[in-house]
Amino acid sequence: MSIWEYANPVKFMRLSGALLPWVAIPAAAALAVGLVWGFFLTPDDFRQGSTVKIIFVHVPAALMAVNAWFMMLVTSLIWLIRRHHVSALAARAAAPVGAVMTLIALITGAVWGQPMWGTWWAWDPRLTSFLILFLFYLGYIALWEAVPDPETAADLTSVLCLVGSVFAVLSRYAVNFWNQGLHQGASLSVAPGERMDMTYKLPLYLCMVGFALLFVALVLLRTRTEIRARRIKALLARERMA
Amino acid sequence: MRGLKKKRRIQVIAVAVVALALSTGLIGYAMRDGISFFMSPAQIVAAPPAPDQVIRIGGLVEAGSVQRGQGEEIRFSVTDGGASVPVVFRGILPDLFSENEGVVGMGSYVNGVFEATEILAKHDETYMPREVIDALKEQGVYVKPDAS
Repeated sequence: MSIWEYANPVKFMRLSGALLPWVAIPAAAALAVGLVWGFFLTPDDFRQGSTVKIIFVHVPAALMAVNAWFMMLVTSLIWLIRRHHVSALAARAAAPVGAVMTLIALITGAVWGQPMWGTWWAWDPRLTSFLILFLFYLGYIALWEAVPDPETAADLTSVLCLVGSVFAVLSRYAVNFWNQGLHQGASLSVAPGERMDMTYKLPLYLCMVGFALLFVALVLLRTRTEIRARRIKALLARERMA
Repeated sequence: MRGLKKKRRIQVIAVAVVALALSTGLIGYAMRDGISFFMSPAQIVAAPPAPDQVIRIGGLVEAGSVQRGQGEEIRFSVTDGGASVPVVFRGILPDLFSENEGVVGMGSYVNGVFEATEILAKHDETYMPREVIDALKEQGVYVKPDAS
């Protein structure tokens, strides 16, 4: 038994089909509890008032926006090295999900920034690299659509994914490279010092788990759709040949 | 990629990753002043920019330095612990603006005074319920975490 057995589309379909409800139901539960807890059952912050509640959407969305790109990077590298089509299709399936997460983080960030910073948008290194990451998502999706041959498309998008990883890394760690930015650093970190009170931390962790599970569920579902779409294409091609 | 053997594909990817990391590092290093969102008071005092140059200043609002003038005019000092630069601004301040809090101002440095056209508040990483802070202040044990 090796993990590469699941690169076989038939085995992948069987496993992902069995896994899907076990991911989707906990995702819905964690999101429902986490968001209701965060939005309605947390007290106001001492400086931000109720604006603090945006964090329960903004942070998990931004987290998954960057993680989604890293997941695409891993599956793209597996495609480039081992040539498993399921891996390339998983990367393709994850892109729109990641793009929406990025958009959510950008919009909620602007809504928070207007009352707190005094501006919707600033050309801060972290914000700028995050916007570029969003554009990379759009370019990645467009490139898949633009190349008709599936193998060439997978090769080209994998290279694009590799280049875009620069901005995925930057948008997460820019605060560490250039500390003179407007965006604050991480409130949740292993470094000592209490930055965030437990009343916010617990629902935030739950929302992060919920967003992560939601991402996994959506990517499994979309990868299954991609595999079926490819199968239909192959069947149609065979019919035309006959 | 299609015509290459697996070993060669891995080599190509490894070279691409190294080249990408190296070029990113070099670009980031060369443009570090442009990428930085603001200058600290120490940087401005050490190398004062030209009066017609639009720059951003960032630091903490010095305690006890805020003076409300006539109308909308407000004067305060921005400090980074060492140097301190006086700032004058006309307009509406963001909610988070207060003494000892982070601030970023855009404007120009004229005759030793920073004339700001826009003031943004910088939020730090602290999130605390209002009740907790009030209770801590009541007991006199509240220590402000240093905003950066």
